[in-house]
Amino acid sequence: MKTMHNIDSYTHVRGESLFVDDIITRQDTLFGLVFDAPKAHGKIKSVNYRKAEALEGIVKIFTYEDIIGENQIGGILPDEPLWAEDEVHFWGQPIAFIVAESETIAKKARQLIDIEIEELPVITTAKEAKTKGSFINAPRSFSLGNTEEAFNNCDYMLEGETFSNGQEHLYLETQGCYAIPQENGSIKLISSTQGPTAIQKIAARVLGVPMHKIEVDVTRLGGGFGGKEDQATPWAVMTAVAVQHLGKPVKYILNRHDDLRMTGKRHPYSSFFKIGLNKELKIIAFEAEFLQNSGAAADLSPAIAERTLFHATNSYFVPNVKTSVYSCKTNLPPNTAFRGFGGPQGMFVIESAIAAAADHIGVDKRLIQEANLLAENDEFSYGQIATQVEAESTWFSAKNTFKLETLEQEIIAFNENNELFKKGISLMPIAFGISFTNTPMNHARALVHIYQDGSVGVSTGAVEMGQSVNTKMLQVAQDILGISAAKVKLETTNTTRVANTSPSAASSTADLNGKAVQMACNALLDRLTKVAAEMIEEDVTTITIQNDRVHIHGKESKLSWEDLIAQAMLERVALSENAHYATPIINFDKTKEKGHPFAYHVYGTAITTVTVDCMRGIYEIDAVKIVHDFGKSMNIGIDLGQVEGALAQGIGWMTLEEIAYGNDGRLLSNALSTYKVPDIFSAPRMIETVPLETAGNDMAIFKSKAVGEPPLMYGIGTYFAIQQAVKAFNKKYKLKFHAPFTPEKVLMALYEK
Amino acid sequence: MTVFILNNKKIKTTVNTGVTLLDFIREHQQLKGTKIGCREGDCGACTVLVGSLKNNKISYQSITSCIAPLGNAHGKHIVTVEGINLTKKLNVVQQAMTDNYATQCGFCTPGFVVSMTGFALENKASGLNSCNDAISGNICRCTGYKSIEKAGIEIEKKLQQKDNNHQIEWLIKEGFIPNYFETIPERLRKLTKETLHESIHMGKGTVVANGTDLYVRHADKLSEEAIHLVTHNTNLNGIECSGTSCTIGANTTVTELLEHEELRKQFPKLDGFLKLVSSEQIRNMGTLAGNFVNASPIGDMSIFFLALNSRLTIEDKNGTERKVAFQEFHTNYKVYDLHEDEIVKSISFDILGDGEDFNFEKVCKRTYLDIASVNTALRIGTEKDVIISAHAAMGGVAAIPKYLFQTCEYLIGKNINDEVIREAECILQSEIAPISDVRGAADYKRLLARQLFYAHFVELFPSKVNVQNLIAS
Repeated sequence: MKTMHNIDSYTHVRGESLFVDDIITRQDTLFGLVFDAPKAHGKIKSVNYRKAEALEGIVKIFTYEDIIGENQIGGILPDEPLWAEDEVHFWGQPIAFIVAESETIAKKARQLIDIEIEELPVITTAKEAKTKGSFINAPRSFSLGNTEEAFNNCDYMLEGETFSNGQEHLYLETQGCYAIPQENGSIKLISSTQGPTAIQKIAARVLGVPMHKIEVDVTRLGGGFGGKEDQATPWAVMTAVAVQHLGKPVKYILNRHDDLRMTGKRHPYSSFFKIGLNKELKIIAFEAEFLQNSGAAADLSPAIAERTLFHATNSYFVPNVKTSVYSCKTNLPPNTAFRGFGGPQGMFVIESAIAAAADHIGVDKRLIQEANLLAENDEFSYGQIATQVEAESTWFSAKNTFKLETLEQEIIAFNENNELFKKGISLMPIAFGISFTNTPMNHARALVHIYQDGSVGVSTGAVEMGQSVNTKMLQVAQDILGISAAKVKLETTNTTRVANTSPSAASSTADLNGKAVQMACNALLDRLTKVAAEMIEEDVTTITIQNDRVHIHGKESKLSWEDLIAQAMLERVALSENAHYATPIINFDKTKEKGHPFAYHVYGTAITTVTVDCMRGIYEIDAVKIVHDFGKSMNIGIDLGQVEGALAQGIGWMTLEEIAYGNDGRLLSNALSTYKVPDIFSAPRMIETVPLETAGNDMAIFKSKAVGEPPLMYGIGTYFAIQQAVKAFNKKYKLKFHAPFTPEKVLMALYEK
Repeated sequence: MTVFILNNKKIKTTVNTGVTLLDFIREHQQLKGTKIGCREGDCGACTVLVGSLKNNKISYQSITSCIAPLGNAHGKHIVTVEGINLTKKLNVVQQAMTDNYATQCGFCTPGFVVSMTGFALENKASGLNSCNDAISGNICRCTGYKSIEKAGIEIEKKLQQKDNNHQIEWLIKEGFIPNYFETIPERLRKLTKETLHESIHMGKGTVVANGTDLYVRHADKLSEEAIHLVTHNTNLNGIECSGTSCTIGANTTVTELLEHEELRKQFPKLDGFLKLVSSEQIRNMGTLAGNFVNASPIGDMSIFFLALNSRLTIEDKNGTERKVAFQEFHTNYKVYDLHEDEIVKSISFDILGDGEDFNFEKVCKRTYLDIASVNTALRIGTEKDVIISAHAAMGGVAAIPKYLFQTCEYLIGKNINDEVIREAECILQSEIAPISDVRGAADYKRLLARQLFYAHFVELFPSKVNVQNLIAS
């Protein structure tokens, strides 16, 4: 299929694309602002709103007492109030919602609220939570074979500990919503959310109204990355509550500091591993215990914990596996979805275990990786049998395409000739499962209208957040209907047109919604070909539509798309179609922790080279060279962009991006001046991505595999490349697995004694 | 009354001069292409261009409008993304961004497009800036930057053909900017004449230069108050290097330092030093005096000028001047020697003589657009291998930007060798007292202090130091 630019490019580069904060507001619009907990844990003794309420321009300050329905926004577990009642559980927990005539007035009012909190002990780390028995839910455990027995038969056995820190999403567009009253108590919410249905459902619950009273509309997001899957909800619901009471439009766009302070992030993980190998470097047994720092409420943590287990052995086959994960309840903001969804945290642990084993045995890490790559019909610890495996093919293709041995020799030579600069290299294979691991969520719908002039409108449940899913949906529609791109328009994502959607997440948005668009367009095509067959008196089987014209036996006829549609109208043929797709085959039994949860896996291998300035402890990423399994990419330009963007985020997570909380639970990395994401100079000097030659997978839309999350995990390679360079400088350095590998940690490691 | 040209439209407004330019653009003018990302100048989503007439020629610079006071737009041409859009087609930058898949979610994109169009409009000597430098203050969370970089390379290639004598005409002809840009210089001249008497409110309230620090912390407050804008005060401008000394006006921006020919001669590595300071947009705004009175213990410019052994000229409201050694200016955390009715007028230093060298080092988490964990500068004079003068300063290691008196004193009269450098480093360690914070643990800062101190000598006297020997200690 031909590549196609993001259909929003034209308006994006001209500054004409509309985000929530850009839409035209009604003149009587009011502005909201959250008053949040100034302590991480405690009992609310009193809150005094009098001074704030007295301020001119303050319309009303909402608290839990104003809620008509339930004060409950929990998704997976009902454990999170919209506004705190008697206790606060994290610094930044919403307590009240100030609605004023302007944002400035609301900010002033916020400073006038007096609160008295009786402080309770604060837990900020997963380890401490585990010691104190503070958990979100029961632990989960996967197993395959028998690790206990297997460890007895190993030639090498290593145990160790790892830590990977959280990560701020830093979507450039902060969270926000604009709520507009409609007739008869209905409310329209224009939100920047990955999960319109989640907002609709929870707003209805909190307002005590049926879901049909709430309409959620999403044009696009200025970045989501998981941060707007569940956590776009509270702000939208707050504006809805305000509209319910006031009958006036209410807008709330979080300022950056509030967004950083109040929203959850990628989960920090403290983990323990035990790995056993034989003399042939085969991993015989692997055990891991993951302590997930879930924050103060469940949010999506249980699902994220589960995915950690699914990816605990990455793209390796290990015959004996035992892994368990604890979702530890702490006093941080509830941590949430972030590209990779627990997978990266799992993979970091086994890569660390392999690095530790390699160091112990005295071999190159890549020899262990290579000896254990997943092969056809290998079993994952959760029972799925791996098929159409591309672990070895991407690995060896990367080695050959990028001349690994030459690269390694160059690095050895460089390190011999340079005292103050050292290079390191690492390989990072990935295998990432595609599907929501909660099987019932794997469905989508599309509504396709052909208007009587031949133009087409497509609505799906997919949310456009930069991943260009709308471009892919348009490609599906135009390809199947045989019409030009200009005839197809992608509509906003709206709960009244496409209902009961799963969030745009899990990399599967294009697959699920694309398959639904495909089905809807095929049904329309079917009807239209019959009309055409009658019009030109040919057999239906000979007719196709291409390039806006009806074709007979592949040859252009005189019948245009427009004329065909006009005739179909006259004949009263339905020109609208709604299709529903549910992924076949997949299943998972949580009572046995076995099943076939994934439609397919995405594979790939990255080779990362870095240079460390051993005088200053800073580093540059020279190159990341990747062979990636796109299947048969339906839009290689877009897909390469997804690889590069995900990689940069993965590198950020492993290098610069350092979330810091004080022992009191206050966020210290609370601004862009203290939380650094990659800029243009910290991106790799070079990124080269080569698509693997492969037949593709039928479970993917047009055999074009999901691409959103998997490449993020290539970033893990950076950690180990830096580690290798550090070791080249300082032989006394003892390997540590504590991400991110900031310049601070690098310098300390370079001069460790 | 603030009078200026916004895109192709003349603006006369009585909106408080302290309101941010961003809010004026988005809320008062309803131009929504300029985005709000962070409101602290750290993401570039709100980038706009400022065109000013200098010596009758127009020049454009990019700034972050979120921390810029509206009043500073007076007499200028302000350009938002809407102001560079052509009718019905994309400009060269926009087309290159589209062709290279350099826009994903689109939120940061207008900021990038404006910065890159600003790059095309630059009058800088060739090679001084790359397109990457021009977008050093723009953060994108989607693309991983490589596609944007590719777009930049295409733009750089096109610009190689630029006719510098008729640059605006050339850029219009080639489709970089719309036609109306041609009319701007004349309209600005007219505007200046017409509004000479309309000088905007000055003289009361918080002293604000370009706001890069004050607006990060106090934008809400300043938006509602009268502010004392000093960038219109030409007495505080200019760089003068005559004879043996250089005097630099308080309003001088980092970019102006970077572009100054005399200074570039004085400091051959000036580019490398100053590009470690913040981003293009902030370097276009941030002033020297602002950095000094911000009094951050880690201010890059404070460290730079401390090591130059500079003198400040301070002026009171009556125009009476006094001089103070810069080493004595900062007295305690955020406390400095400046009275209520005084402002910093200029800073002077003796130009580097024969046998004198200078080096600046800075390490932060992210190499560019970040605040240092530790920064340091050294000015050192030698004669026949003997140190005859030394001025060293270090940031991030004390409550004030630290001039290392004892270390300097020790160095004078010594030969440059590993032993002396190591001994000096010991003294340095006794002079500093770093604390643990988000920029690093105290232990790390001490180690970094050592490394960067050594780095000065490795950079300046590579043949006289044995690196292995030094760092093995």
